[in-house]
This record gives sequence, C-alpha cells and structure tokens, in this order.
Amino acid sequence: MEDRVKRLTELANELRVDILAMLVKSQSGHPGGSLSVIDVMTALYFEIAKIRKGDPNWVDRDRVVLSKGHVTPALFSVFAKLGFIEKKELMTFRQINSRLQGHPDKKCPGVEVATGSLGHGLSMANGMAIGLKMDGKPNRVFAILGDGEIQEGQVWEAAMAAAHYKLDNLIAVVDHNRLQIDGWVESVMTVSPVDEKFRAFGWEVLTIDGHDMNQILEAFEYALTIKNRPTVIVAHTVKGKGVSFMENQAKFHGTAPKMDEFKKALEEWNITNFDFSIFE
Amino acid sequence: MKKATRQAYGEALEKLGHKNSNVVVLDADLSGSTKTSIFKKSFPERFFNMGIAEANMVDTAAGLSQVGKIPFASTFSMFGAGRAFEQVRQSMAYQMANVKLVTTHGGISVGEDGGSHQSIEDIAIMRAIPNMTVIVPADATETEKVINVIAEYVGPVYVRCSRMDTDVLFDENYHFEIGKGNLLKDGDDITIIANGLMVEEALKAQQILSEKNISVAVINMACVKPIDKELVITYAKKTGAIITAEEHNYVGGLYGAVSEVVSKHYPVRMDYVAMEDQFGKSGKPEDLMRYFNLTADAIVKKAEALYSSKK
Ligand SMILES: Cc1ncc(C[n+]2csc(CCOP(=O)(O)OP(=O)(O)O)c2C)c(N)n1
Ligand SMILES: [Mg+2]
Repeated sequence: MEDRVKRLTELANELRVDILAMLVKSQSGHPGGSLSVIDVMTALYFEIAKIRKGDPNWVDRDRVVLSKGHVTPALFSVFAKLGFIEKKELMTFRQINSRLQGHPDKKCPGVEVATGSLGHGLSMANGMAIGLKMDGKPNRVFAILGDGEIQEGQVWEAAMAAAHYKLDNLIAVVDHNRLQIDGWVESVMTVSPVDEKFRAFGWEVLTIDGHDMNQILEAFEYALTIKNRPTVIVAHTVKGKGVSFMENQAKFHGTAPKMDEFKKALEEWNITNFDFSIFE
Repeated sequence: MKKATRQAYGEALEKLGHKNSNVVVLDADLSGSTKTSIFKKSFPERFFNMGIAEANMVDTAAGLSQVGKIPFASTFSMFGAGRAFEQVRQSMAYQMANVKLVTTHGGISVGEDGGSHQSIEDIAIMRAIPNMTVIVPADATETEKVINVIAEYVGPVYVRCSRMDTDVLFDENYHFEIGKGNLLKDGDDITIIANGLMVEEALKAQQILSEKNISVAVINMACVKPIDKELVITYAKKTGAIITAEEHNYVGGLYGAVSEVVSKHYPVRMDYVAMEDQFGKSGKPEDLMRYFNLTADAIVKKAEALYSSKK
C-alpha cells in the first residue's frame, strides 16, 4: 500500500475514536454520517485541500464547505488534529457557551460557513468559487453533501448554476450512505441515479468507494485536472462505518453512543490504551 | 405528568385520522421527531414522506387541499416557517388554502442542535402574513384541542409545538377557540400574557408575586393571530400594566401582537420576557431557558419593576 494511503487510513480511524468520544461525552449529536464521511474528509483536509495546520485563516487556503452540517463531530475531530482548536475542547461539544456548536458556527476557527439547515452549502460554495475566480485565485472550493440532503430543490438550483458558470474550481462530494433520518433514502424519497442526475446537469461525475483511501485520493486528484465544469464525487459509503452495531442503522443517525457502546467499539478496534480521564 | 406538545400532536393526529378520512399527513424526513410517525403507522396510505424538501412539501399540501383533502404538513418550526416561507405565503395564505402547517421543535428548547435549528422568529413571520392563523399551544391537553379545532376550521394555520417534555397544565375541560385567549388566573395589579412553554413559567411567577402581595392575572394567548383584542383591552384597563412572555424574539411575536392592540386601543405600561433579538445556541434546554432569561424568575423581576413604576 502506498505510504500516504496507509497514513491517511490510519488517521481516519484515529479520528473515528475522537468522533465517538465527543459524542459519548455530549450524549447528543450525529455519529452515523460522521463515520461515513470521515475517510473522505481526512483525505480532503490532510492531503488534497491547501490547508495549513494551525492557521485556519490563511488567506491562500482552499475552502471546504460542510453542507451536511450535522456531522460536526467529524469536522471538529479534524480541526483538533489540524490544531485549529485544542483537542480537549472536543469535550465541550454541544455544551452551553462552547465554540463547538451542534452545527457549524463561525465562532469555531476553521468553519468557513455556517450550515446545519440542509441544502445551503452548494450555493455558498458556488459563491466562493465565483469570487475566487474573479480575483484570479487558484484556490479550490470543496462542498460535502449528504444523499438525503440532495432532496432539497436548492441543491439542484446550485448544481445548474455551477455548471452554467463553469466552476471548475468547485468539487462536490455526495456522501452516498443510502440512509437519512426516516430510513433508507430510496424508500423516503428516491434520489437515484445520483450520477446521471449530476451528469445531466453538466457536471463531471466520478463514482467511488468512499472508504477506499486509494480511490478517494485518485478521484480528488483527477477532479483537480477537470476544466470548464464542476466535478462531483459520488462516494458510496456505509453509515456508521467502522462500528459493527452502528453500520447501516438509521437509529445512529442522531443518537449518541452510550459509554458501554463506546467501550464495545474500542474493543472492535483493538484499542486498549484509551485515556478515559478525558471524560472527567 | 409530563408530555411534549409534539407527542400530543402525533397522538391527536392519529385519533383524527380515525374520525376524518380526508386528513392526510406530509412530513420532510422528520416523522420520528415530529411524531407524525404515529399517524403513519395507522394510516400508511394517507402519509406522504416528501424527503428533505420542505418547500415542495408545503406546496404539495396546498395542492392536496385543492382537491378536498385536509393536509397536515410537519417539520421543524425553523424549516416550516423559514425554509418554506414563500410557499406558505403564496400557496397557503394568499389563496386561503386549507393547509395545517404543524411544526415541532420551536424555540430554543430544541437544545443541543443549536442556533441553526432554533426558530426565534417563526411566529413573527407567520403572523405577518394575511389570512394566517397562528397558534402556540401551552401543553399537551391544549395541543390536542388545537388539532381538533383546526381540522374543522377551513383555512391556513400555523401551529408551533415543542420538543421538550413539559408539565400537563390543563384538564379535559379546558376550552380552546381560535381568536380567544384564556384567563387562567384573575388579578388586579398586573397581567401576564404568555403562550407555549412560558405559560407554565407565568403561572409560577403569579404564585411568587402573589406571595409578595402583587395580584397578577395570567392569560394564555395560544392563539397569537387572530388575537383576542377584547380580552387584551379588558385587562389593560383592569390592571394597567402588561407583561408578555414567549419563547421567541421580542420582535414581532406575542409582545408585538399585544402591543399592537394596546397601543391603539388603551395604552398602558408594557414589558416582555422574550429573546433579546439574538440567536440561540447549543446547550441543554433547561440551561438555555435560564441563560436567555425565559423563566418565572425573569417574569417576576420584570413584573416587580413594572408594578413599582406604575405607582
Ligand atoms: C432544511 C433541513 N431540513 C431538515 C433537517 C433535519 N435533518 C438533519 S440531518 C437530516 C438527514 C440528512 O440525511 P443525509 O443528507 O443523508 O445525511 P447523512 O446520512 O450523511 O447523515 C435531516 C432531515 C435539516 N437539518 N435541515
Ligand atoms: Mg445519508
């Protein structure tokens, strides 16, 4: 295995521990979609996007828009690793007066735009991409969407606009974990075929296994070469990925794991040296 | 006993389903949270999950109403009143469509989800639309009554329910009517007009104030629009001072509605307990209610100040 693939895969798994730890502490929040998207986010924040550790406001940074804003556990675990926030701050998630709000809030360094109400992110990413182009900046804008989220009509207004304005500095990812809150996306409101829809809207479309780090990196790197149109990566993922009893369970969309469930997850991951004093 | 008004909504809706076969229900991927899942379980053929697409849901409901159905559409208050505002205005209100937009998770008592999910302006924006009826029930009993009343009423209605479990305040004899407030306690010195979760706080404040020899009238104004003008004017005259209490921005909600009546018909001193034109944030619901001063104690403080300024 390529070195960086191994490194990023391990890093994503390390962040999975932080995600669950935050949620055990807060007893409120969204594990399922955090675990499904963390491999993509790890590749993006630690390899693909131009992001500087410890410098969330670096003027020459690329922009990442977390349109599926409920997966703040994934986002903040990344931010702690990037040194945007301190790791111990993760334990304040969702508590009163924390910078780590339930949904991305600009109080927290690294949050590019406030999201949480679904369907806004791609439009804001378009705006950023247009503005950066106007200024002749080489930066990219990345937007991460949920597969339930793309039921919002606004997403398709944005998809139309991104192609119309030939936003080749825009790369979207759809975290296609096939679940939303009320159950399977296909039974709540069919979105498939996601790839053909975006293609019909004028996008370059790549389809990958969103847990295969090699495929994730290849897709992003290929997307960076595309000219004259935006690219979407349809990442096939598993909601709750990495914890046997959370995988493909609608219940774990928005239910935080209990301490015993966290310990079970640690067992599954063969982690024996977890420092429980962080919960104190 | 404690019960969230959203739970009472779900249960009332299911009962209504048995009584009226024209009742249909729409939701936007939140049926477990809004409790329309209870209706769905009994009447799957009359339940439509529209996915995460609130604007489309409201207009679809408007369409259903044009062919004789009585649609109840539900999502969080933020997304019903906010995301679908113009659909409510154009397709529900403008043409007097018989749609009931019953939302849950209103106000800051949503809790940990934070400011993006806490509607503090929904009553103001719904109330500003002509033809709308706007209701904020105080407890589970009132919620059930409201659901039955609005099912009979022909026209667009917005109802805001809460996520949090709260005390049941009223018994079966409680009466709800569109356009009518309910006098819960009579008094001479000050009137507290409240709705939603703040009614319980108003009742607690009334107790505390009566121990301080301040005689307080408490009115539950669940129906913010049309507002019960007569009752407001009567109590403006009787007590000469009014405090409103609501889990909403002070701009445009219950304080606004009462002020509009009072300033025109019988100006008296007023104050409010409400959000101070700021967004909510993450935290436990009870902590947030304290943090933003939406408590009985806050009402007491304002009432005492108002009372002494009256003399
Ligand atoms: C406009 C809007 N409507 C409803 C919600 C409530 N909500 C939060 S997450 C969610 C489901 C999201 O499903 P999906 O996009 O598939 O996310 P994932 O599976 O990645 O968690 C819903 C309906 C919301 N946040 N915003
Ligand atoms: Mg999903």
